[in-house]
Amino acid sequence: MSIWEYANPVKFIRTTDRLLPWLWGVAIACLGAGLIWGFFFTPDDFRQGSTVKIIYLHVPAALMAINAWLMMLVASLIWIVRRHHVSALAARAAAPVGAVMTVIALATGAIWGQPMWGTWWAWDPRLTSFLILFLFYLGYMALWEAIENDDTAADLTSILCLVGSVFALLSRYAVLFWNQGLHQGASLSMDAEENVADVFWYPLLVCIAGFVALFVALVFLRTQTEIRARRTRALRLRERMA
Amino acid sequence: MIALLARDLRLAVRAGGGFGLGLAFFLIVTVLVPFGVGPEAAILRAIAPGILWVSALLACLLSLDRIFALDHEDGSLDLLATAPLPMEGVAFVKAAAHWLTTGLPLVMAAPALGVLLHLPQAGYGWLLVSLALGTPALSVIGTFGAALTVGIKRGGLLLSLLVLPLYVPTLIFGAEVARRGAEGLPVQTPLLMLAGISLGAVALLPFASAAVLRINLR
Repeated sequence: MSIWEYANPVKFIRTTDRLLPWLWGVAIACLGAGLIWGFFFTPDDFRQGSTVKIIYLHVPAALMAINAWLMMLVASLIWIVRRHHVSALAARAAAPVGAVMTVIALATGAIWGQPMWGTWWAWDPRLTSFLILFLFYLGYMALWEAIENDDTAADLTSILCLVGSVFALLSRYAVLFWNQGLHQGASLSMDAEENVADVFWYPLLVCIAGFVALFVALVFLRTQTEIRARRTRALRLRERMA
Repeated sequence: MIALLARDLRLAVRAGGGFGLGLAFFLIVTVLVPFGVGPEAAILRAIAPGILWVSALLACLLSLDRIFALDHEDGSLDLLATAPLPMEGVAFVKAAAHWLTTGLPLVMAAPALGVLLHLPQAGYGWLLVSLALGTPALSVIGTFGAALTVGIKRGGLLLSLLVLPLYVPTLIFGAEVARRGAEGLPVQTPLLMLAGISLGAVALLPFASAAVLRINLR
């Protein structure tokens, strides 16, 4: 019994079918509970008022936007090394989800920034690197769409993902050098002295858990769709040949 | 490798149009900017280094799809793949040829265009240095993008979508060197970073380009 068993598409679909209802349940429960808790049962911040509550969407979305790219990176590596098709398809399935998370993070950030910073957008390092991350997602998805042969597309996109990761990281530090920030520093780290107050922290944790479950569920679902779409195509092709 | 480089250079110079186009594009973009932002010397002086860098980058981008497309069409890329020269060498030579025919002329032309934009006196040297250091990175990164899209019909737009995000760090540090140079500030840190990016890209990206080419020729 090893983890590579799940590289078998049939096994993958069977296992994820069993997991999916639970994941949806956790996602809905956590997001529902976390958002309601966060929106209605936490006090307003004494300076920011109720705008602070957008944090329950902003932070988890931003977190997942980065983690989705990391997941794609790992999946691409697995595809390059071990050539499991499910892995390549999972990377493909994660890209649009990650791109949407990036947009959510940018949009909620802008909505919060308008009253708080007095501007919808600033060329702050974090904001800028997120915008660049979004461009990387766009290029990645466009390359998948453009190539007809599935295996070639998987190969090329995974190499693009590897090279893109290096350059995304470079850009992150380049923009840090380029402009001083308006965005606050990290305030959720486990080891930091000063973090977000506990009242806001616990519902935020629940929301993050909800977003993680939502992301995993969406990726599973989209990977299943990709597998089935590919199988349909193969069957059609076989019928036409016969 | 040298034979291939000579062949690519000859083709670029003799086979109509490709050679001067990048330069002409550089000129036109730079000339368009004052029409867009107005002719005041103070504004132009402030944005001149950035404008020159962005338009050099766009001129570089414009000629990228020529790197492999013609060779792919007439089959000489397949010949190169079966030749004793390793694919990494091919990718490197192609990038070098692109730099010699596009990057180097851009570097040479940049000071002349700086005059049009009222670039401050102190800025010319650093503009030259930053472009000379940065354009090899642009060529190598662009070669990677061109290798990715070599099999795709009408891949030009896709190529820009793939390559432009990869250009961000080079552009940031390159324009920063030129800007600081023009304002008389110390340039050492961005200069070192720019050189680092350039050298790293030249050393590592041909491997990625070669891997991608092999996949595309499979």
